[in-house]
Order: sequence, then C-alpha cells, then structure tokens
Amino acid sequence: MPGPDLLSSQGLRLDGRRPNELRRIRCKLGVFTQPDGSAYLEQGNTKVLAAVYGPHQASKSKTSTEGVVVNCQYSMATFSTGERKNRPRGDRKSQEMSLHLRQSFTAAIKTELYPRSQIDIYIEVLQADGGAYCASVNAGTLALIDAGIPLKAYVCACTASMAWQGSEPEPLVDVGHVEEAAGGVCLTVSSLPSTGNVALLELSHKLHMDYYDMVMSRAMQGCRDIEVILDRAVREHLAEGWTKQDTITI
Amino acid sequence: MAGSLISQSEQVFIVHGVENDFRSDGRSSIDYRPMELETDVVSHASGSARLRLANTDILVGVKTEIDVPKPETPGLGKIEFFVDCSANATPEFEGRGGEQLANTISSTMQRAYYSPQAFNLKQLCIFEGKQCWKLYVDILILECGGNLCDAVSLAVKAALFNTRLPCVKAALMDGGNIDLQLSDDPYDSKQLDIGTAPLLVTLCKIGTKCVVDPSAEEERCSVISLVVGVTGNPNFYQTDDNVIPDIKCKCSTISMNGPGSLSPKTLKSAIEQGITAANCLDNALGDALLREKDEISYLKKHSYGFLK
Repeated sequence: MPGPDLLSSQGLRLDGRRPNELRRIRCKLGVFTQPDGSAYLEQGNTKVLAAVYGPHQASKSKTSTEGVVVNCQYSMATFSTGERKNRPRGDRKSQEMSLHLRQSFTAAIKTELYPRSQIDIYIEVLQADGGAYCASVNAGTLALIDAGIPLKAYVCACTASMAWQGSEPEPLVDVGHVEEAAGGVCLTVSSLPSTGNVALLELSHKLHMDYYDMVMSRAMQGCRDIEVILDRAVREHLAEGWTKQDTITI
Repeated sequence: MAGSLISQSEQVFIVHGVENDFRSDGRSSIDYRPMELETDVVSHASGSARLRLANTDILVGVKTEIDVPKPETPGLGKIEFFVDCSANATPEFEGRGGEQLANTISSTMQRAYYSPQAFNLKQLCIFEGKQCWKLYVDILILECGGNLCDAVSLAVKAALFNTRLPCVKAALMDGGNIDLQLSDDPYDSKQLDIGTAPLLVTLCKIGTKCVVDPSAEEERCSVISLVVGVTGNPNFYQTDDNVIPDIKCKCSTISMNGPGSLSPKTLKSAIEQGITAANCLDNALGDALLREKDEISYLKKHSYGFLK
C-alpha cells in the first residue's frame, strides 16, 4: 500500500489537487499542415504531439481485407524526461506503448470502412510528467478527428490510484509523476465514455479486489470528464472554421 | 531530403521563376520565409527553443551533465548533437527511416561547432582534467518544409542562449575524487557565451542561380546545395555598450549535398552570398533573443508553446 503521505490531512494531494480533480488540460487541433490530422495536448506538465496520416494504401506486408490497419508509433523526445534518454524510440517500453495505443485506437476507429488501407498515428511525447499514455491517447483522438476519420466514439484514457485518508481509502484520479514514483497502484483505463466500453485496462502494482470497483469508477469518471474537455475543444476548433487557419494558399 | 513529389511542369515553373528572381511564393533569391521563435518551452531541459520557419518546425532541448574531460583536452568541456527526425514530419521517418538525414545534419552541426573560434569549450570546464560539463543538444524535427539545416542551426543557437548552467557552490576533494555541490537556486546560474556560435546557410542551386531558404518543392528542383557554416558576431547578443571589436565572420564548415556539381566561380560567389545572409540572420536572431529575454524577465511572459 502506498504511504498515507499521498494525501495531506486536509485531503489534498502532493500537487495541491483534490482526489477527484484532473490536471489542467489544454489542447489544440491542427497544429501542423503536412499531416492529414494533428493535435497538441498538455495535461499538466505532460505535453504530447500527435499526427495522423491516412487512410492510404497499406504496405504489402500489412494489408488486410477485413479492415483498415492501424499503425502506431510512440516516441519520446530525448529531453522529455528528467534524466536524458538515449533513444527516442525502439526500446521495450515504447514498443509496448505503441501496441497499447494501437489497441485503444483500433477499438474506436470504424475499421470496416477502409479495407486494404492503413492509418498511421504518430505520437511524440515532448515532456513526460506522468500519465504519458493517457495524454497520448487523448491527443491521438483529437488528431484522428482533425483528420476526419470516422470514429465510433471519442476514446479517452485516464489513470487512477489509491491513497488512504486516515483509515478510509480514497481513489485518486489522473496520477502525476510524483505519485507514480511513490509506488502506489496505478490503473490505466482507456475507454469510449459515450458507450461505456473499456478499450484497454492495465494495472500495475497490487490492488485488493475490494477496492477495484472504487478505483475503476474514479478512472471512468476521469475519462468522462476528459471527453467533455475534448468535445469542447473539437467544437471550438470547428467553430473557428476554415476562415482562420485551414486556408490553402495556391 | 524528404518532401513532396512534384511534376515536371511544376519543376519548370519553379526553375523559370528563379531565373527571373521571382520565386513561386513571391520572394526574391535572397529572401527568407517568415520565422517564429520561442525560447524556454521545455521545462525538463536546461535550455530550449522552438523555431518555425514557414512549414519547418524544430524543437531543441539542451540537457547538461557532469562528465570527465578527455585526457588529451583536459581544459575543455564537451558538446554533442543528436538529431531525431520524428515520424510526425513524414511517414518515411518511421522506425529508423530518418536516421540517414539525422546523421547528416548532426555531423554538419558537430563540424560547425568544432572550431574554438566558433564555440569556446573552455567555458564548460569545471576542474581541469577532472570534471567538465557535457552539453547534449537534442534536436527534434517535427515538420519538414525545406531548409532544415538553417532552421536547426538557428534553433540550436537560440536554445544555447537560453541554457543556464547551475553555479558550483562548493567542491570537496576526497582522495582523487571531486564531490561537487551545485546551487539549487534556479536564478543562481550562468549563461553560456554563444556570441560566436555558427549559423548554417543553405544555398540551393536551381537552374543557374543560387537561392537561400529553399522550400521543400524548390529542394526537389535543385541538383546541388551548398551548406555554409558561418561564425556569429558577439556584439549582436549583448545589450550593454562595451563594444567588443567586431570580429570578422569566419567560415567554420562548408559542405555540399546532392548529385550535381558547381563551377569554382559559382562556388565562390555562393559562399560570399552565404556569409552575407548568415550575418543578417545573426543580427535578427540576436535582436529577437534579447527582446524575448527582456519579456521573460520583466513582463513575466507566459509560454505559448504549440497552443498559439
């Protein structure tokens, strides 16, 4: 169990948030011109860029007649973490992340619409401060929407952890780097909040099943909250319209 | 270089435009495209800068580490360049696809910074022969819109200008080892002297003329391009009036990319054109950086990053 120090006696977390409070999310669609869709998302100090190319003809080895092939690549800038990373991608952790991203996005994209095609989703983490996977999924969703790819629903990801306040268990939403490093349980959920389905669930460290429901519902609530924020960003971007930025100079 | 495919007739159009000194986007052969620069965008790095040159987007982060100097140069620090071509720029860069381009750019940068007249590594020394700073200059290419070398060199110089090295408070000698105590106050830090740091200027030969700042389409039409690294002028990077005697710009590296060739006469005029361009760029960069520094310290400017 994590120490009781994750919550102060006033019930505030290490960074001053309440247990059910997300970090500030700021996002922007259409940051780049060359990809078909792109988005930038900041979740607290975690900053992520996402770019989507496609759908385009699939490469020979990958092609599938069933539906579109979703190709994800997760890479972290060498200066994104406190300690310098030697390689931006290709290590085990980023390969695992790429697979997990693919899992989430395949669940959301209407794959049956584009047989023999491929969609590339590239994620670049510029700054990692906990919850990089969640920020990547959320940024990726925005980029997919910017690219105009049909989705079943928004796919949002959120983490949750658990701390003790006195003797009462209290779930924490949207875990930051400090809380992650403190070694508590970390439940990552990627879900389609409007349908209520879960696309990916990952749990690290041990969690007693008695508390599972509580932590899970907090994470799902986090996903629903994030969906509202993303939806507002999309609507604002569309309301801005193409008068402002999508003009093409010939 | 990675970029879009263009047709034969588009190529002819661009080449004819260059002949008449009126390029497809209305510039003349010595004009640069508009640039946006912001420093201090990554909080995990000691110094950072983001530069957007039309469609080219570069993010540079400088990280510092304490290292042991090389035995043959005990009084010098170290600087290392690493370029990462993000797949965000083009799907060709996925996996290891961007490695060749990345290596070309990082070795050009390494060569340009190699000369002590370009970048003085003595300022990175802590204890001669024992300890020195090692600067990792990590360059991330987020979008390719042509002219990567120039954009990278500008962004690197801006990031180095923004870099703060913490001051050493105390050192304990323990046998042969040195235990350093660094100041944890973020304001108790020193800036790097980067006045002479080089800028790269790419001159692209299209038809019979050389142009600066080629766009991705123009790069497609050119048979050869020349990259000139020119040292900067420290006077552009300081506000007080104790004027250092003007140091003449020097070429610190010259390299050629592409399958074609150049006649010696064109080569010479191209190099001169490059030096003039580098001097103007250096002046503009110095102005922008000093203005940005003022804004950060007096107006408490908040960072826009990618949200603008």
